Amino acid sequence: MKPRVPVVDGLFTEDAGPPALLGGRCPRCGSVFFPKQWSFCRNPHCDGGPLDDTPLSTRGRLWSWTDNRYAPPPPYPAGDPFEPYGVAAVELDAEQMIVLGQLARGTDIGRLQLGQEMELVVEPLFEDDDAVHTVWKWRAGSVTG
Amino acid sequence: MSDVQILGVGMHPWGKWGRNFAEYAVVAARAALADAGLSLGDVQFLAAGNTMRNGYPGYVAGSTIAQALGWSGIPVSSSYAACASGAVALDAARARIQAGKADVALVVGADTAPKGFFGPLPGDRPEDPDWLRFRLLGATNPTYFGLYARRRMERFGATAKDFAAVKVKNSRHGASNPNARYRKVFTEDEIAESPVVAEPLRLVDICATSDGAAAVVLTSAEFAARQSDRRPVTVAAVSTVTPTYPNTDLDLPDIATDSGVGAPPHARPFRDAIAHVAYEEAGLGPEDLSCAEVYDLSTALELDWYENIGLCGPGEAEALLHSGATTLGGRVPVNPSGGLACFGEAIPAQALAQVCEIVTQLRGDAGERQVEDATVGLAINQGLFGHGSCVIVTR
Repeated sequence: MKPRVPVVDGLFTEDAGPPALLGGRCPRCGSVFFPKQWSFCRNPHCDGGPLDDTPLSTRGRLWSWTDNRYAPPPPYPAGDPFEPYGVAAVELDAEQMIVLGQLARGTDIGRLQLGQEMELVVEPLFEDDDAVHTVWKWRAGSVTG
Repeated sequence: MSDVQILGVGMHPWGKWGRNFAEYAVVAARAALADAGLSLGDVQFLAAGNTMRNGYPGYVAGSTIAQALGWSGIPVSSSYAACASGAVALDAARARIQAGKADVALVVGADTAPKGFFGPLPGDRPEDPDWLRFRLLGATNPTYFGLYARRRMERFGATAKDFAAVKVKNSRHGASNPNARYRKVFTEDEIAESPVVAEPLRLVDICATSDGAAAVVLTSAEFAARQSDRRPVTVAAVSTVTPTYPNTDLDLPDIATDSGVGAPPHARPFRDAIAHVAYEEAGLGPEDLSCAEVYDLSTALELDWYENIGLCGPGEAEALLHSGATTLGGRVPVNPSGGLACFGEAIPAQALAQVCEIVTQLRGDAGERQVEDATVGLAINQGLFGHGSCVIVTR
């Protein structure tokens, strides 16, 4: 079997239980950054740092969604034929931030509702001769409210 | 500080011409100089907006355009601020004049755009958020426009018919604009037949990518006063603000917002702040506007802008649109040029094209699309990577 490798290293982990995004947290002010991007805290009111690696909440509330029906340009690994996909913006309560992700394969976007619970999953994005390349996606959970 | 005035404007028509961007720039620059009654020898400073998709000459657009016009030995500046590039170039020229280091400055933006979706610059660059969003999510610009549009529908009850009404309005406005690329008047039925690109947005809801150029001649008030046969208008404000941390609004090209944990989000969201800073400088408010050019990257985004520039409160844009207030003949026509719906975006030229339209309106030169007795106009846009741009012009 081919190995599963992330499309980009270091952005999520599957090592400890359910998959989680990996960000940076400021030890002084608690601000969270995803991607971590830089080693220091970007809060101008804080001189904290360096950032600690931190897993992000694995559930959040649906802030908005859309889909993409035409193949994006590279570096997106669009297959042939192109397979359309959904994209969700999900609000994480604890981090007070919005994180984008593709919608899990098979999501019916016609049934999504604002504010519904979404759960982080890891799925293949594409496959080549060497590996299955994986990325995080958002899967619809139970409908709230 | 003394006023800075606009003495001339010029454009190269928008289209998909496939020529070198400097050729468009020269056409627009010469038109603006002719409009001002000046020649290249009068220009003491040239500021240009850069283009990212035309190689090295695009990164040094100021000197590329200076060379194309014929070297005249003047200092140049080359700015990049994505869609806000033109306004940042304009601000550089204005500051030069305000500092007393020039009386006449030429500001130019020109682009040659590729077909289809904009993509990131080539290479394997996981530290570049513009690369990451394409690589990991396939999140194109229309993906973000779709997210904003859906959010508007869910929050405020906006419908696809509302979005279509924006397109119908702008297509009517632009139908007589000789610089517009698309001059077809759309009906709601035709829009409903357009294919969905990023739900809920259809192809005709989303602006195309275009070639084009726009140029503005700025002068000191003292210099303008000596050109007695010209009709100068005044640059009342230029806002080129960036977001305030934490920016908890979802912005291109980021795949996540800032976190609100370490500091409270600013009371005034970024897009509101872009206009607010310009109003403050001009000493004017939304009630003073005769017309506005707003950045309708999508039809739905035009509605967001109504609220961001204070024409109405949150959730009221659809009612304002349907009241006819933002249509030519209404209280404050929005995008009398036809907007991006009729132009498509030519990135470094777009903010200047907006200013050209406002100047044309204030002078009463807009022909069939003329806003009656226009005295104050606002042009606003936002460039990815945190660039705001707002220019207020008065006569």
